[in-house]
Amino acid sequence: MTDLLNALVLLGNFLVVPSLTYGSQLALGALGVTLVYGVLRFSNFAHGETMAFGTMFTIFGTWGLQSLGVSAGPLPTALLALPLGIAAAVALSVLLDKSVYKYHRERKASPVIFLIVSIGLMFFIGGLVRFIIGPGDQIFFDGTRFIISARDFKQATGLEEGLAIKMTQAVTIVTAVIVVAAMFWFLNKTRTGKSMRAFSDNENLALLSGINPDRVVLITWILVGTLATVAGTLYGLDKSFKPFSYMQLLLPIFASAIVGGVGNPLGAIAGGYVIAFSEIAVTFAYKKVVTYLSPESFEPESLVQLLGTDYKIAVSFIILVIVLIVRPTGIFSGKTL
Amino acid sequence: MNQSFFSRNRVPVLYAGMALLLVIVGVGQGWSVALSILNLCLISAIMALGVNMQWGYAGLFNVGVMGFAALGGLAAVLVSMPPVDEAQVAGGSGILIGMLILVATVFASTFVWRVFGKKKSTAYWMVFGVIAVGYALGRVFFLPSVDAIEAVNPSVSGYLGGLGLPILLAWPVGGLFAAGAAYVIGKVALGLRSDYLAIATLGISEIILYFIKNEEWLTRGVKNVNGLPRPVPYEVDLQQAAWFQQLAADWGMPVTEASSIFVKLCYAGLFIVVIALLMYLAETALKSPWGRMMRAIRDNETASAAMGKDVVKRHLIIFVIGSAVIGMAGAMLTTLDGQFTPVGYQPLRFTFLIWVMVIIGGSGNNWGAMLGGFFIWFFWIEAEPIGLWLIDALTSFMENDHPLRLHLMDSAAHMRLMTVGIVLLVALRYFPTGLIPEKTARKA
Repeated sequence: MTDLLNALVLLGNFLVVPSLTYGSQLALGALGVTLVYGVLRFSNFAHGETMAFGTMFTIFGTWGLQSLGVSAGPLPTALLALPLGIAAAVALSVLLDKSVYKYHRERKASPVIFLIVSIGLMFFIGGLVRFIIGPGDQIFFDGTRFIISARDFKQATGLEEGLAIKMTQAVTIVTAVIVVAAMFWFLNKTRTGKSMRAFSDNENLALLSGINPDRVVLITWILVGTLATVAGTLYGLDKSFKPFSYMQLLLPIFASAIVGGVGNPLGAIAGGYVIAFSEIAVTFAYKKVVTYLSPESFEPESLVQLLGTDYKIAVSFIILVIVLIVRPTGIFSGKTL
Repeated sequence: MNQSFFSRNRVPVLYAGMALLLVIVGVGQGWSVALSILNLCLISAIMALGVNMQWGYAGLFNVGVMGFAALGGLAAVLVSMPPVDEAQVAGGSGILIGMLILVATVFASTFVWRVFGKKKSTAYWMVFGVIAVGYALGRVFFLPSVDAIEAVNPSVSGYLGGLGLPILLAWPVGGLFAAGAAYVIGKVALGLRSDYLAIATLGISEIILYFIKNEEWLTRGVKNVNGLPRPVPYEVDLQQAAWFQQLAADWGMPVTEASSIFVKLCYAGLFIVVIALLMYLAETALKSPWGRMMRAIRDNETASAAMGKDVVKRHLIIFVIGSAVIGMAGAMLTTLDGQFTPVGYQPLRFTFLIWVMVIIGGSGNNWGAMLGGFFIWFFWIEAEPIGLWLIDALTSFMENDHPLRLHLMDSAAHMRLMTVGIVLLVALRYFPTGLIPEKTARKA
């Protein structure tokens, strides 16, 4: 019995909690990509760099607050600095939309042109971020490190394995839940949100019924900037801020959005968790779990790992390919907001 | 009058301008530098031709250029390096059995898929089962052999080696490798929404790069493969040959410098042969009924489908051909470098550069894409000295160790990518047809 509990705690500590955290980050990122797809109808390659841009300003805000001696107690100060990051990312997104995307939208350019434009912007924003803050690692986490530390857990339960929950993990999951709930409330209950969904569903009909397209686009970019900053900040708090790793996030985020069904917010969230869980589950070394669950004296020789951790990125891609083959519209099919 | 002269002779004028730029570098920075730039320009031009086939002829967006180029580089290693006998004895058979199991798994799963094709849900589970069994079985043979191979003299070899064949053979083989990967990707992603291909190619190129970085038994991974055989003579041999010493004296140069220039000229000659051949084929294809069909499909898929063209199949073919050209260029690049460095392939950056070449040069026009390859590579290389000089000049009023000045100097490399991004955005907006626009029947 204790062996079973130990195995479960082990899985919880190294598989479930990290996957939930990473999944929340991906879900928020994929939500942004899906919004752009639903309303503006292209895959936004610049999303990862927008995340980095927003996070960068959050970091500046954090440093500013820290030098003023302001802190959020046990919570990371970065949460207080989020509004600054959000404002910066929104300003950037809206500015780039007005100066770059708008021209192509008015000419009714094909989605591929938008995609190329977004890659151009990706390098532009990426260059900007590396220029301002540099390509190196920035750790901006402060506050209490653990909510439950492994040692406390062991003492409390008497088990051999400990379940540690980091503050960043709790903050990520709670924030993600709040943001997603707010998002759905906005899309489903408010007039503006409804007009966005209508626009995404059928552009011509929406225009006919008097919905202002410029306003819809503006609000979309505001939401995208907000989501990108929140996702980026949570990721940066949990791991660390490095511009390059934000570029690497692009593929898992796209995979999440497509797996869930591009343009479908609910799908983006489900996709984020699917991708995160499978990435970690496939590259997890089950050796200790197997040891706990199997009879005494039997110990597997290898790590009992399906795929080396180096191939994490391959997992999201393989899932993407499977979905493209089996169900190209994604789990929650359809392209509605 | 002047303008009409330019518009009538646009292509020769622009190419002459490009040649002039190279000559300026030759006079200013030395002929050896100019020839190095020229060689890489030629390779970039071939990659740009490959991308142009996909984008210009067919409107397919491939974000995985570097992945395909890396496969070409891998081909160069596998074809030309001498085999490591010891490693092949240690683990060759295990790897072979593992490979056979892999192939058998693929065939078995397609077979199962055909048999159970009608009941989808059963078929999925059956295929899943077959793959799981194949994977587990393959690993039993694979992993011990990998360890055995990597244990053989790890500081020098630790990998299987190649076939020891002439490296020129690797060029078509590299094309084949890339074509194979492109076929698989095309099968999955073509026929769906257009951006799925972009995302799928991004994914496959990332995986190829992770693969060649991590599978040390095949590629030595981050330890790099050095000293690939050359298709041209070595400088050291040239310097000792009597005829060459005579030649150097005729050129009026020191022997060492002359030998380096001679070797680069040899490479340039080989590359020019390839590019001329490709150009001939590409131009002939574009002017043929096939080329017109491809452009018709690009411009209106629905209409072409209504005329009975199999759009997805045509897209698949052109995607495979274009990727093969990129793969070949990748093999040529590795040949020129003389070493295979998996870390050097930065998936998005260089892919993006090739894209900018095609768009600036003129998508849909082979001469344009080639010129773009020359032009953008030239400025990519020369941007660093120009950028540093510019920053130096702009901040010359500051003290030498002023933090802002140092920061700007450090960031020059990032500014380069940013500039290319801005160049692309400006080009897409203000001259989307590029330097040498595509020739269309109606305009002419």
